[in-house]
Amino acid sequence: MTNIFNYIDRPSPIHRLTGATKLICLLLWSFAAMSTYDTRLLVLLVVLSLLLFRISKIRIADVRFMLGFTAVFMLLNNLLVFLFSPQHGVELYGTRHVLFSLGGNYVITKEQLFYHLNLFLKYLASIPVVLLFVCTTNPSEFAASLNRIGVKYSIAYSVALALRYIPDIQREYHEISQAQQARGIEMSKKESLFRRLKSASAILIPLILSSMDRIEVISNAMELRCFGKNKKRSWYMARPFTKWDWLAMSGSLLLLIAAFALNILNGSRFWSPFL
Amino acid sequence: MAARFFGVIMSEAIIQFEHFGFQYRAQSEPTLYDINLSVRRGETVLIAGPSGCGKSTLAHCINGLIPFSYRGEMSGSLRIAGKETKEQSIFEISRHVGTVLQDPDGQFIGLTVAEDIAFALENDCVQEPELHARVLRAAKLVDVEDHLAHAPNEISGGQKQRVSLAGVLVDDVDVLLFDEPLANLDPATGKAAIELIEQMRQETGAAVIIIEHRLEDVLHRDVDRIVLMGAGRILADTTPDALLSGSWLRDSGIREPLYLTALRYAGVEIRADMAPRSIRTLRLSEDEKAQVRAWFSALPPAPERAARSPLLQADSLRFAYPGKDHDTLKGISLTVNEGELLAIVGRNGAGKSTFSKVVCGFETQQQGSLRFRGEDMADLSIKERADRIGYVMQNPNQMISKVMIFDEVALGLRTRGVAEDEVRRRVEETLKICGLWPFRSWPISALSFGQKKRVTIAAILVLEPDMIILDEPTAGQDYRHYTEIMEFLLTLRKRGITIAMITHDMHLMLEYAERALVFSRGRIIADTDCADVLTDRSIIEEANLKETSLYALASLCAIEDGRGFVRRFIDHERKELRP
Repeated sequence: MTNIFNYIDRPSPIHRLTGATKLICLLLWSFAAMSTYDTRLLVLLVVLSLLLFRISKIRIADVRFMLGFTAVFMLLNNLLVFLFSPQHGVELYGTRHVLFSLGGNYVITKEQLFYHLNLFLKYLASIPVVLLFVCTTNPSEFAASLNRIGVKYSIAYSVALALRYIPDIQREYHEISQAQQARGIEMSKKESLFRRLKSASAILIPLILSSMDRIEVISNAMELRCFGKNKKRSWYMARPFTKWDWLAMSGSLLLLIAAFALNILNGSRFWSPFL
Repeated sequence: MAARFFGVIMSEAIIQFEHFGFQYRAQSEPTLYDINLSVRRGETVLIAGPSGCGKSTLAHCINGLIPFSYRGEMSGSLRIAGKETKEQSIFEISRHVGTVLQDPDGQFIGLTVAEDIAFALENDCVQEPELHARVLRAAKLVDVEDHLAHAPNEISGGQKQRVSLAGVLVDDVDVLLFDEPLANLDPATGKAAIELIEQMRQETGAAVIIIEHRLEDVLHRDVDRIVLMGAGRILADTTPDALLSGSWLRDSGIREPLYLTALRYAGVEIRADMAPRSIRTLRLSEDEKAQVRAWFSALPPAPERAARSPLLQADSLRFAYPGKDHDTLKGISLTVNEGELLAIVGRNGAGKSTFSKVVCGFETQQQGSLRFRGEDMADLSIKERADRIGYVMQNPNQMISKVMIFDEVALGLRTRGVAEDEVRRRVEETLKICGLWPFRSWPISALSFGQKKRVTIAAILVLEPDMIILDEPTAGQDYRHYTEIMEFLLTLRKRGITIAMITHDMHLMLEYAERALVFSRGRIIADTDCADVLTDRSIIEEANLKETSLYALASLCAIEDGRGFVRRFIDHERKELRP
């Protein structure tokens, strides 16, 4: 299967958790990582997430592309923050320890560097968990998981359908574009943007028309097999929660509570070592 | 009152149409008129008829899509399991009627085989462990239990159809409804599908309704009744033997089994007591056999093929898709001659489509060469190749991108920067050749499927290629449209265009192609006369084809040269159809 989920089937305790558990943990965890700038908690999250990564048996090589992508994004994010507001740290922490100056407004302060460190840690605390979710959740379980956390099953199922049909539509797009190229539709970079947009319509219109046929077939097929009959439905791929699921969810919840508690104790989302 | 009472006794009928009619909301005329039909459990009924005769509408009425998805006006009565359908919901009807749709790919809902089979049960809130147990039971019934974790693209078309069948067998339905079950399958898989359907009827005791216009293929297994439809009415509702011995089929443009056509050519009168429903049941008297033999020996031997000069030559083509560990083409060498009409056949995944993609330059071979009129094609771009060899996809909707016919046909010329006067001249000429001239100012959306197909062929022809490759040119077409498309292709060949068709349709190949290239597992296993292919057991088995019934007829009549019989028959039929 062309696998946008990039599911890697490699038995581990993380794989054994249900999809719903992993989805809930991901939400709690990332909310915790997002809500706090307390360096102590962030370091804990980073250590834990690396540990989880270890347990899951997912290798760096498996996720190299996504890691590279996020690394670039992270650097860009840090750079832009510095370029547009080099004194952000000073404003946040209310103190100013100048290290050296690059001229103009660009004065390097300990506060700014500390702020960047926290940004960096936030990335490091949340990215591995997202990757873990993506790599250890069987796509078949995803719709069931969404439904379990309260998303209506008709919406949850449309996600499953998208996963089912995206590879088909990709293949069809490829075939149509080949046939149209034979008729002289140029899709290469040699053409101007305007002409390429015009060419794209020569592929998209047939794609949309044939997708409409497809939608009619699939919605008939679903109705004939009683989709929408009841308010609820069961899921073939759903699994019952085990004690490990409860443990994982409680652990994630504790982390979120810790994040909130620290925010209250610190009086703000920012913890400052400079006071 | 007595009739009423009798009706109750006879209410074994699971489906009962009485003076039933239906008109779609958007249409000015009814699609069904005065339908009277009853089907009992355990019966097998074949519903046949040309395109637009109302057979699909009838199917939609049975499975509840009418009136629940397609709106319109119903008249008369239709009871399923004794209850009017308009008083039931589609979900209630689905409990009695399980439908297997035409497109095995399109109706595959789940991400894996198991999830697809489980779909109806999930919607019924069936819980574990019953859910898994029932899925496994249904999967075993149709023999897909080893593929439960597979995604749809990891299994074959025939297996997908089995999965769809399992998906309705998870419930104990009273009616199994099949909408053109043979449309997307290769001949041998189609044969297996008919066998499976019969087996399921025996195991479940359900009524089986098959909608299909490929009569001979369905009649591979016994059918209790054939309901022949035409223009929204039931024309005949009788046993296969009675139907085949009458003139109904020819009158309504449905193709009769080939062995019967041969018998009629030989002057043998077809009667119901010969059991003409299948070549296996057919009984001929010694006189009648002698009649066939006499006809055969009176026919002139089929002419030898004329020598022709090579147009396209492939030499040991090897190709593997990126990321696949095996070659899809394992050394293909072949020659296509100038002015030929040839068929490329073989099971799905044998490399037929891949071969045409390599020829058109959509994919590039890892090894081997292609020459066109002796010129190496390696340096030609997709666009340059298209000026020599045109490619027509199976589904016209995959090619049409303009609103108006003229613009669609002109597209290839305009992208090549041809002057507008010249574009007009060439498009108009092509529209005339393709019989689209009367429609030149129509929007494409107003055309029928067959006419759209012509538009896509015209859009390729306008580039004046020397050769065109067509993928399943007649898929999903009834006999009349099929004949129309093929006769049109013949007129093109008369103009000197070389034509290669990729097809699963053995009739098509026998009737129209001069030569067959048989692909199997990335190799060519036969390159010969179509009659030779369809009479050779080993090729038939290897390539998932099906022996022609003409061959069986020859042996029934004690004609030793079965191959010669098939050849002469085809030659005779061509003269008969196109004097």
